[in-house]
Amino acid sequence: MIGIGHYLTVGAILFTLGVFGIFITRKNIIVILMSVELILLAVNINFVAFSVFLNDMVGQIFAMFVLTVAAGEAAIGLAILVIYFRNRGTIAVDDVRQMRG
Amino acid sequence: MGSAGNGRLRQTLPPTPPIANGCRGFFDDSFQQGPRTAVIQAAIFYLFATVVVASGLMVILAKNPVHSVLWLILAFFNAAGLFLVIGAEFVAMILVIVYVGAVAVLFLFVVMMLDIDFTEMRAGFVRYLPFGMVLALILAVELVMVAGAWAFGDMVPEARMAPKPGVDAQLSNTQAIGTILYTDYVFIFQMAGMILLTAMIGAIVLTLRHRPGVKRQNVAAQNARTPASAVTITKPAIGAGVDTGAGVQPLIEKEGRS
Repeated sequence: MIGIGHYLTVGAILFTLGVFGIFITRKNIIVILMSVELILLAVNINFVAFSVFLNDMVGQIFAMFVLTVAAGEAAIGLAILVIYFRNRGTIAVDDVRQMRG
Repeated sequence: MGSAGNGRLRQTLPPTPPIANGCRGFFDDSFQQGPRTAVIQAAIFYLFATVVVASGLMVILAKNPVHSVLWLILAFFNAAGLFLVIGAEFVAMILVIVYVGAVAVLFLFVVMMLDIDFTEMRAGFVRYLPFGMVLALILAVELVMVAGAWAFGDMVPEARMAPKPGVDAQLSNTQAIGTILYTDYVFIFQMAGMILLTAMIGAIVLTLRHRPGVKRQNVAAQNARTPASAVTITKPAIGAGVDTGAGVQPLIEKEGRS
């Protein structure tokens, strides 16, 4: 009854929610980081679903590496957020133009 | 598993494809035999899937970021439940440990540590809403098109990098992952460790600061002290007292601690 399509649907919905979250909360970088975590979770769901339904263990291995990258990204992103808040007193990413980018 | 019964049982149960077969249906095929377990499994799947989607929606819609983090934790737990339903126990446990135990707690810590006016953060919500919805709609349509066009081809078994061990191998999911993670993928595993080390050092270096007015314990300076450098023996004359100019001095100025 539960096929791979169900899991891919859940992954697609979560991925879309993550992208939607990035675009509607453009001022709050914490929610943007959480949206990125949602996107990576959707990717993990797809990896594990394909791994199980195709009988290939590599998908679960790769899901763990995605998890590793997600943890590192969260740590670095929050560290940058903390020092930005320490320097500026705000985390509004709309007026981040110190680097004139 | 269940299809290996006698002829009568095989007639009552619908025919199920063997586990080792790579071709499965897109929506119609269960990976476990037996109609009753399939119903229970479908119910559990829909429960977890509904909660994970709803909490994912609440992550981006909650007004308070603390609530967002808590919804994110709920989403992670339910995603781990989804992984458990299809039998990927190890990834499910790692998801709970890493995401809930480390990442979400890190988020919660930072959100609570920073003193931010969150109502001001929601200012552009209505303005960005149509644009974000259009973009999400485009992405969703694209994903649906990909899923509709994609179908399981008759996969050649040689295309699998590491086939899942069969039922007769008596390997659990964790053992199966361990046997290939530490052999075939050991270099990528080491590189994952290096990525984590880099992230750890980077986070420490970014947030470390030396404040000038704070006295810290300098263990190296303490260990380097000798009696000759720390103690001054004076012999004051009777009734004269200690000459503070040449004799005992305050410790701070003498040591010159930083």
